[in-house]
Amino acid sequence: MENSFIIDKIYKAFNQDILKMDTASDILSFTVASPVIYEVIRFLKENENMNFGFLTDLCGIHYPDRGLPFGVVYHLHNLRENKRIRIKTFVTLGNPYLPTVTDLFSSANWMERETYDFYGIIFEGHPNLKRILNVEYMDFFPMRKEYPLEDPTREDKDDRYFGR
Amino acid sequence: MQPFPLPEPGWGTGSGVNNMEENQYTTLNLGPTHPATHGIFQNVLTMDGEQIIDADQTIGYIHRAFEKIAERRPYYQITPLTDRLNYCSSPINNIGWHMTVEKLLGVKTTKRVDYMRIILMELARITDHLICNSVIGVDSGALTGFIYVFQEREKVYEIYEEVSGARLTTNMGRIGGFERDLSLKAVKKIREFLDHLPKVLREFEKLLMRNRIFMDRTIGVGPISGERALNYGFTGPNLRAAGVDYDVRVTTPYSSYDDFEFTIPLGTQGDTYDRFCVRQQELWESIGLVRNALENLPEGSFHVDVPQFYLPPKEDVYSKMEALIWHFKIVMGEIDVPAGEVYHSVEGGNGELGFYLVSDGGRTPYRLHFRRPGFIYYQAYPEMIRGGVLSDAILTMSSMNVIAGELDA
Amino acid sequence: MPDGYTAPGIFATTLDRVVGLARKNSIWPLPFATSCCGIEFMATMGAHYDLGRFGAERLSFSPRQADLLMVMGTIAKKMAPVIQQVYIQMAEPRWVLAVGACASSGGIFDTYSVLQGIDRVVPVDVYVPGCPPRPEQIIDGFMKIQDLVAKESLRRRYSEEYKELLSSYGILE
Repeated sequence: MENSFIIDKIYKAFNQDILKMDTASDILSFTVASPVIYEVIRFLKENENMNFGFLTDLCGIHYPDRGLPFGVVYHLHNLRENKRIRIKTFVTLGNPYLPTVTDLFSSANWMERETYDFYGIIFEGHPNLKRILNVEYMDFFPMRKEYPLEDPTREDKDDRYFGR
Repeated sequence: MQPFPLPEPGWGTGSGVNNMEENQYTTLNLGPTHPATHGIFQNVLTMDGEQIIDADQTIGYIHRAFEKIAERRPYYQITPLTDRLNYCSSPINNIGWHMTVEKLLGVKTTKRVDYMRIILMELARITDHLICNSVIGVDSGALTGFIYVFQEREKVYEIYEEVSGARLTTNMGRIGGFERDLSLKAVKKIREFLDHLPKVLREFEKLLMRNRIFMDRTIGVGPISGERALNYGFTGPNLRAAGVDYDVRVTTPYSSYDDFEFTIPLGTQGDTYDRFCVRQQELWESIGLVRNALENLPEGSFHVDVPQFYLPPKEDVYSKMEALIWHFKIVMGEIDVPAGEVYHSVEGGNGELGFYLVSDGGRTPYRLHFRRPGFIYYQAYPEMIRGGVLSDAILTMSSMNVIAGELDA
Repeated sequence: MPDGYTAPGIFATTLDRVVGLARKNSIWPLPFATSCCGIEFMATMGAHYDLGRFGAERLSFSPRQADLLMVMGTIAKKMAPVIQQVYIQMAEPRWVLAVGACASSGGIFDTYSVLQGIDRVVPVDVYVPGCPPRPEQIIDGFMKIQDLVAKESLRRRYSEEYKELLSSYGILE
């Protein structure tokens, strides 16, 4: 399966919604507008020319300086042709909503919960969107860049000796 | 004579007509600390008598924020984190991470490095599968096999000690190769291990593989179809047990795996027995791979020349200024890497272990996401145990080989 | 053997020494294995290192019958109430062994989600360093526990100091 073939098909289907394409990195990647992300994923999974039937990975990313700070990165895999593809989409801080892909891939369930837990991106239509790794009463989204890594309750480590 | 009053049909199973609607099911809490769960995760089971109706999973009991730490640590300091992902097979994680960085830097390793990596990764796979399969034995009541094969794991630990100096969390290798060559002692130990392991494995198989009790306990237990397994993101032995021949070593060969002939064992039913057999067969394949790689180990350097990332030899650090400066810079992480993003995956003990690395050119990764196979496939657990009985659920869990460190990252 | 007076066929010592001697050689550990150190504990229990030599081959997975809580591995904040609950369920006298850097101090995981040492929720008797400690180290830590068990006064668990210690953790029933 050639890159040009996929690019052709995707542009034919979602011309104005493809914001960016990257052929330079190891995997062919597209950045698409957030409203069509579900359609793009479904197209890649169900179109008979595409067949990206395996969701390898789903994770969030945070670029605080950008206009659309929160991103979600999907890695899809066509196992028959052994072709990988990376789809990214970005949302704003004030409106961090994305459609869920759990009805396409059951594996997305926990990965979306993890992304919600880390970044606060809300997947609409998710069957059980609550925190998965952290305690439920946690009141912040720890993987956002503005939050510190260290345990805030720790007293025995004096900041002066640790260069913080 | 009055007939003995038999109870109504369905008595005692919780489904009887006399029961109140809300009393129909029993709730049973399994975990987070429970002798039958290996690692800490909680399952709240809804039971109808002995039958499992549903399971509600809670994980995150050892969430250690690996991904957040990785955003603050230079590249070398992330290797110890990968140790602690799937701690049953640390070298695969270490080497996978080093290969990810090499992919970002565009470094091509030598054949000797590749073969050494294959040897160590396959040894790690052996330890991983040994622990999983022997624990299936423990959960079905056969403790002997566990104690027996753990002795073999000790031997692999000794090999690790020769190669890296540590037993479990190996922190093995460097970006660009290894810190030292395989010593003669290590090679000797590997050979001894390869000679001895088949004997132990055969005996272990004799104990369990065609054991009537074991087969009755495992065949048809916790099955999953290939289609559902793919939908749930299964990889590794669990997927292959369901009959899908996906193995990263073959589809995306890394580290010269394409130089070797090996078979990918497949199951048909996706049940506990198939998972056991697939792992068992993979052990034999791994033995063959290690032996092959050791026999054909090419001459050459055990590392490639990446001065910005390969730590200089210790003697030089103590005697030469240049080497000391490089050592300092590398250890303190004062080296910038090119910006870019890569996804690299290796076939870990449990499946496709992926590293999604985004670099903005700084000393630390901008974002590092671990694709942990255990995290992704464990969510299929309720579906697999639904309709089964409690004791089968325990066996299903141990045959899935969920490692808590990998699950919660 | 504890100190005492020996004569042919006789050995005289104090009661708590005798009790200590019995206790120290029949400790039932509760393995609270959460991560990597748990694997090393399995090696310790295995045939090669064999913790059974010290009278501790009987693992008690139920806290009610356990004497020694062996905490092996990282304890996340989500897990902290669980470990305290397990400690409360254990009957007196009880000891706690923190195996590994994570259980002792949080180790390399100085993060928002990890409890910085289990001594924040339960009192700890012996700390074993290492990430993970070798089986020899775990055995050494266990032998330190045995020393404590053997020398413990029978009155200690009723003392005001002990009650104060427990109430400082908020676990006095």
